Amino acid sequence: MATVWISRREALYRGLFGAGSLLLAGAAPRPARAAAPPPKAKSVIQIWMWGGPAHVDTLDPKPAAGYDYCGPFAKPIPTSVSGMEINELLPLLARQADKYSIIRSMTHGVYAHETASYMVQTGRRPGERLLYPCAGAVVSLLRGYNAGYSGLIPPYIVLTQPQGRFSENGFLEERYRPFATGGDPAQTRFAVEGVVAPGVSDQRQKDRRELLHNLNTLEKALTHDPGLQALDETERQAYELILGDAGKVFDLSQETDEMRDRYGRNTFGQSCLVARRLVERGVPYITINYEGWDTHRQNFQVMRQKLPQMDRGMATLFQDLSERGLLSSTIVWWGGEFGRTPKVMWEAPWNGGRNHWGDVFCALVAGGGFKGGHVVGASDAKGEAVRDRPVYPCDLIGSIYELLGIDPDAKMPNSQGLDVRMTPTLADGIKMGGRLKEIM
Amino acid sequence: MRNPFAPFIAIAKSASCPPRQPYPIETESLTLRNYPGDASCPKTLQDASPNFAPQTQLIETTWLKTSQLTTPHTRTRCVTRSVRVAPRQHRAFRPAPGLIQEDSAVNAISILVLTAALASTATGQPPVAPFETRAALASHGRIDDLAFDQWKRLGIQPANPCSDEVFVRRVYLDVIGTLPTPDEASQFLSDQDPDKRAALIGRLLARSEFADYWAMKWSDLLRVKSEFPINLWPNAVQAYYRWIHTSIKSNLPYDQFVRQLLVSSGSNFRVPEVNFYRAVQSKEPQTIAQAVALTFMGARAGNWPKARLDGIAAFFSQIGYKSTAEWKEEIVYFDPQKGAPGPAAVFPDGAPARIAPGQDPREVFATWLLAPGNPWFARNIVNRIWYWLLGRGIIHEPDDIRPDNPAVNLDLLTYLERELVASHYDLKHIYHLILTSQVYQLSSIPRTGDPQAAANFAYYPLRRLDAETLIDAVCQITGATEEYSSPIPEPFTFLPEGQRAAALPDGSISSAFLEMFGRPPRDTGLESERNNNPTAEQRLHLLNSSHIQLKIQQSTKLRMLVQARPGGKPRDPVDRIYLAALSRYPTDEELKTVAAYFLSVQGNKWPAAVDLAWALINSAEFLYRH
Repeated sequence: MATVWISRREALYRGLFGAGSLLLAGAAPRPARAAAPPPKAKSVIQIWMWGGPAHVDTLDPKPAAGYDYCGPFAKPIPTSVSGMEINELLPLLARQADKYSIIRSMTHGVYAHETASYMVQTGRRPGERLLYPCAGAVVSLLRGYNAGYSGLIPPYIVLTQPQGRFSENGFLEERYRPFATGGDPAQTRFAVEGVVAPGVSDQRQKDRRELLHNLNTLEKALTHDPGLQALDETERQAYELILGDAGKVFDLSQETDEMRDRYGRNTFGQSCLVARRLVERGVPYITINYEGWDTHRQNFQVMRQKLPQMDRGMATLFQDLSERGLLSSTIVWWGGEFGRTPKVMWEAPWNGGRNHWGDVFCALVAGGGFKGGHVVGASDAKGEAVRDRPVYPCDLIGSIYELLGIDPDAKMPNSQGLDVRMTPTLADGIKMGGRLKEIM
Repeated sequence: MRNPFAPFIAIAKSASCPPRQPYPIETESLTLRNYPGDASCPKTLQDASPNFAPQTQLIETTWLKTSQLTTPHTRTRCVTRSVRVAPRQHRAFRPAPGLIQEDSAVNAISILVLTAALASTATGQPPVAPFETRAALASHGRIDDLAFDQWKRLGIQPANPCSDEVFVRRVYLDVIGTLPTPDEASQFLSDQDPDKRAALIGRLLARSEFADYWAMKWSDLLRVKSEFPINLWPNAVQAYYRWIHTSIKSNLPYDQFVRQLLVSSGSNFRVPEVNFYRAVQSKEPQTIAQAVALTFMGARAGNWPKARLDGIAAFFSQIGYKSTAEWKEEIVYFDPQKGAPGPAAVFPDGAPARIAPGQDPREVFATWLLAPGNPWFARNIVNRIWYWLLGRGIIHEPDDIRPDNPAVNLDLLTYLERELVASHYDLKHIYHLILTSQVYQLSSIPRTGDPQAAANFAYYPLRRLDAETLIDAVCQITGATEEYSSPIPEPFTFLPEGQRAAALPDGSISSAFLEMFGRPPRDTGLESERNNNPTAEQRLHLLNSSHIQLKIQQSTKLRMLVQARPGGKPRDPVDRIYLAALSRYPTDEELKTVAAYFLSVQGNKWPAAVDLAWALINSAEFLYRH
């Protein structure tokens, strides 16, 4: 880890700035740090738009830029918040606009998938000596088993496929790694890893458990051994998940058909429903890994097919959380690693696609202390650059930490003896725009 | 010559032997059925015989010689007399001439007395099949003499001897960290040679997996790890591990092993043993001294009074480190430019050191440590080996030797120390002594609720399999493999398919399974870093993860095991799965249970076989050493 030597003057500057830098003995005394903010949120649902959704085709429409930019999506629709317009294929979301706020000035300037994913998930630039943990792993560290969370359902869950090496636990231990459920919640049986063994029915689970119990020759000879008694207890707990109530959180047959239809009978919609159930169960961090947004080709066809799904799933999620009184304590965070080229690529081989765009893109936040109905920042007329109020990934992540009651400037506890903070500081040389105070 | 019937006479005289429940007699044991307690004292067994109850009569004896390694320093050889008894037949007993070893007669007879006495104080519980044998306890040597004495003194009833089924699995796992193959298990079980256990021990000590498994244990102790907080870096890890492995494989005498680690200088790549001075969390003399004390003295110098710690640290205050033009190479050397410790160097026993000008103080320390009579050196390692094999040290914990943590059996510890020195520090000799002893071969079923029983090794303790051993065992049974890779140095290193976890050289190369099952991170070198406590997460993984399910379900090896063969019996596939997983044949009751399960599965029986393999892998008998 690097020790940063700074002048007294710079230390004072940073102290006033309040970014909590690495001050050393001899530097100016900085103002007493405020205590960790009181938590408003208990859980986070992150809707990860894998591949990077086109910002101009979703939450930042630019009809005035002309057909070359907006293509067939020339008529965005108003939302329940005056002045805020979104894509015409998102009518249900439009009606829920009071619940969420859109950030239209996300930026980091990175155009490559893995690098950009890493930046958005960790707030850090890649290429440093350390591999940093993503926000979910940090929340698992601070709101998981170390903070009183209990049970066999891990505190950081990904529905359903893992995101990849650069969006995981970084230098933190393996136990903070995300738990990817696998399976598909839209199938009749949601085959969650460890809970449902594919090809093994509940009946077979019961039958073979009985076989296991009957072939207990050693246990019969050693009825008083405390080690074996402890082993028995672990088996009981495991079956709570496999056959018992603890595993039922993943069993969507417990929901009414009507509820399942409201979310939409597709993988994304049903994942949103699972996420709501996990929030009810008290899981602190859930990522819905929503794939398929890397629309280099067939951008508009894919949008026409996926946006209604996204619309239904997300709108129902907001409404459902709100109805159950969970929205005020659950942060919902939507976004991908970057946006997409505002100017459509009509030429071959793209034939109506959009490539990557890291200069400006969108994010959406809701619940858990974020105010709804606002727009933060703006892009320029064509959606190609930030016009007002840039928001960097570390600003967004820091805001989420604050609402969770995690001090973004505090040291990150770790077993490696590393002196790192939860979010980057100015000393790290990363650009920052400041946290989302305007909607907190 | 003493009357060879003296032990029987002693028993007959003893008033403390009321009639017991009948228990079976074996040709290897000296138990007498229905021993009467109120017989008068006979002068010969023939005289004694009318006083025995009708069922208890002598018809034949044979001499058996137990297999016992004799060293130049132990002259006695234990001989066990066997007695077979049948109803209502008298026959004069005459020992064949020359069979009694004159110089061991006294030993033999005292052992017979002890054995008989022990047998007669048995609680009378029958041996538990298939884990125990009907034989009575017998001393195989001095270790047992000392242990038996202790039990008698403390009134502790030891467990029954373990059966061959238990022995074969236990000794394979304890010595080479590998399950026996089904063939190895069945061959051992059907072998009639009375010396087969000792022969197996000899073979296992000579197997190549011995070096793999114990290199792993030593690498835990020596902190062979690339990354934080040890930061050896992969090249040095490879060199260091190879050196450790070769030393074990060639059975390098322990004193030479330690000396090389303590006094070597050179490049971390080319003189791998210098990595001892790099595999520490900091290069301060205090930290190095604590590593030395922990590894070779079994002591926690961090808890010593400051003066004592400073005294030993002074020996390691002139170690220099310098890098070269080669990436990550570091030279470890004696640096006379750092001030000589002078009077600051004090041995842990309080004696001041005399270091000649220009002499490497590490040499002086090594000479002191390796001197005959040093109370720490031999004690630490023989106690550790005892701990590794028996789950609990004679001094426990084995890396916390201190005056207020006494040995539970000092005579036993001292005996092992002397044996090590006498064998010129041949560690395998100690392994052999322990493994061939009766104490090691007790079953894991305690015969007493005495709280001191565990500390006095009155039964073999149940312990969960180590993480590496467990995954290797599952892979061996199913024929599956695991993938291991290292993210440093870039580009990634992928280890070849078929890499066994026990043979992983680097503490930083791991897997989610190994971490979940408590593999030590190799940060401190403490024995307690390995965490073998069962958790619900581990249990869930074994019961229901796709990782394990797929290994079983997709196993062609298992499929071949359960396939009926021409001329085979219906029970053969079940036998083969049991031999593969538990290294024994199923009991009749288990066969019935399994047969019923197979019957209940309609159509293709492969899922039933999968479930059987699954159940055995998830059983306590598989997951635990017993």
